[in-house]
Amino acid sequence: MFGYIVRRILATIPVMAVVAVFVFALLHLSPGDPAAIIAGDNATTADIERIRAALGLDQPIYVQFGDWVWRLMHGDLGISIFTNLPVSTLIHQRVGPTVALSISTLVISIIVAIPLGVLAAWKAGTWIDRGVMVFAVFGFSVPVFVLAYILIYVLAIATNLLPVQGYANPADGLRPFLSHLVMPSIALGFVYIALIARITRASMLDVLAQDYIRTAHAKGLSSEKVLLRHALKNAAVPIATIIGIGVALLISGVVVTETVFAIPGLGRLTVDAILRRDYPIIQGVILIFSAAYVLVNLLVDLSYALLDPRIRY
Amino acid sequence: MAVVPSDIDLIATHAPKQRGAVATYIRRHPTIVVGGVLLGLMIAMAIFAPYLHTVDPLALAPAKRLKWPTAEYWFGTDMLGRDLFSRTIYGARVSLTVGISVAILSTGLGLFIGLVTGFNRAVDAIVMRIMDGLMSIPSVLIAIALMALTRASLQNVIFAITVAEVPRVTRLVRSVVLTLREQPYVEAAFASGTTQIRTMWRHIVPNTLPPLLVQGTFIAAGAMITEAILSFIGAGTPPTIPSWGNIMAEDRAVFLVAYYIVLFPGIFLSLTVLGINLLGDGLRDALDPRLARRL
Repeated sequence: MFGYIVRRILATIPVMAVVAVFVFALLHLSPGDPAAIIAGDNATTADIERIRAALGLDQPIYVQFGDWVWRLMHGDLGISIFTNLPVSTLIHQRVGPTVALSISTLVISIIVAIPLGVLAAWKAGTWIDRGVMVFAVFGFSVPVFVLAYILIYVLAIATNLLPVQGYANPADGLRPFLSHLVMPSIALGFVYIALIARITRASMLDVLAQDYIRTAHAKGLSSEKVLLRHALKNAAVPIATIIGIGVALLISGVVVTETVFAIPGLGRLTVDAILRRDYPIIQGVILIFSAAYVLVNLLVDLSYALLDPRIRY
Repeated sequence: MAVVPSDIDLIATHAPKQRGAVATYIRRHPTIVVGGVLLGLMIAMAIFAPYLHTVDPLALAPAKRLKWPTAEYWFGTDMLGRDLFSRTIYGARVSLTVGISVAILSTGLGLFIGLVTGFNRAVDAIVMRIMDGLMSIPSVLIAIALMALTRASLQNVIFAITVAEVPRVTRLVRSVVLTLREQPYVEAAFASGTTQIRTMWRHIVPNTLPPLLVQGTFIAAGAMITEAILSFIGAGTPPTIPSWGNIMAEDRAVFLVAYYIVLFPGIFLSLTVLGINLLGDGLRDALDPRLARRL
């Protein structure tokens, strides 16, 4: 068990190394002069030279790579071209809203999706099942920002139930904080709910066909007990896996959701950085998001041992 | 060989029987038919865009800006007075081009890399580590990173999304190759002296095609959403090419007074993606009965 945990943690090192190399290589893979592209169309030669020097692009590539790795090891993600602030400071300022949005989305999605999937599998073949599956297909098809605008129209403009957009600090009261998070979380979580519900249903259908489920029914257990204690417990591993993998969807969606709902988080920082071609910020955000994704999936892998006692490493 | 009743149906060519066969097919594969029809309509709309009562999607008419849908402007006009109906219809061209190009390019590239890694252990060890790393970067972020460094153009959007999709295709192809390599008939082909290239082409590639076709449809759907996301945040197609993503992006500032501008391209995008997803679901059910029961 301990050996497995250590091995699994060590396995994330090459993955993150590839991410780091990719993020570094991006600047050099691009066709043409990256300094000129970042500087934009109206830049003077002096501007381009300044950016070239700021990014260290005037150094030989092995020196640049060594520098980049060395600084990364020390938590230095570079300096923003536009604001001249360290990227790590900017990320630190913006990480709060994104974490709040991600966690509330994760919680809402799991609370909605798993019961939906269980219900669909339990009532397999009925209109309830079909309804859940139709919902799942729609969930995959409606882009997050289209849904976001529909929600804004229905819940904020037409009925005035929730604030249109913005973000409230949890320090300024729990109620405004939560009311600002509801709509973004639903919009962002929609595709995630569809994904988890679908896998939950599939996994439950597999388990419900097993002999021990029939036995459990036969010995007179109530349906709820069979469903939750015997079936869902055994169906948990694929569900946990998809929750981990689906975080990639959340991260992609965060960038858009924060733009639509004017939430000052990492996604908003990314979009602003794209518009200003502030490349160090983009590099930093990609590293942070990828690290978060790798970490979540590490935790999911480690949770298998808890979810399924048969798994012994 | 005995002729079974179903064969007679196939042999018979007169109209009533044929109508029966079509009805049976639709009953058995409703999602393929519904998805196919939806996608077909969108493709037809994209191809025949100039003949569908459209005007120049880039023509400005500042005097007629922000008009709500009327008989003259079916979908209304945007902030610069451009006809939203024409822009939405022409937008289908961009979205479909991106979706189909990315699907073809990434399955093609993934097939090639997957075959090479499946047959060469040394290459496999290195390439798959790289793919694992790339897969841990959410695909929209890879596309954003690549787009931020290149000029906004349709080709660059297609290239950026393709790069983000290739690792998953590679994994899929590699897993098929690894399973097939152990099959007796593939071993027999090797044992009887068939060259590696020929074995790949005759025995391996045909078996990767059904899962690739299914994967390809889902990639097309995903690529269209990614394109819309990129255009929406300003890292996608240039404003001179109206795509569903950038139509919504340009006018999101006036959403509160003219929500129809976001609504129409959004509905078309959702319907197209829905069609492709249904098609993919149906193809998977038809090609992989083992999965069909479960998902």
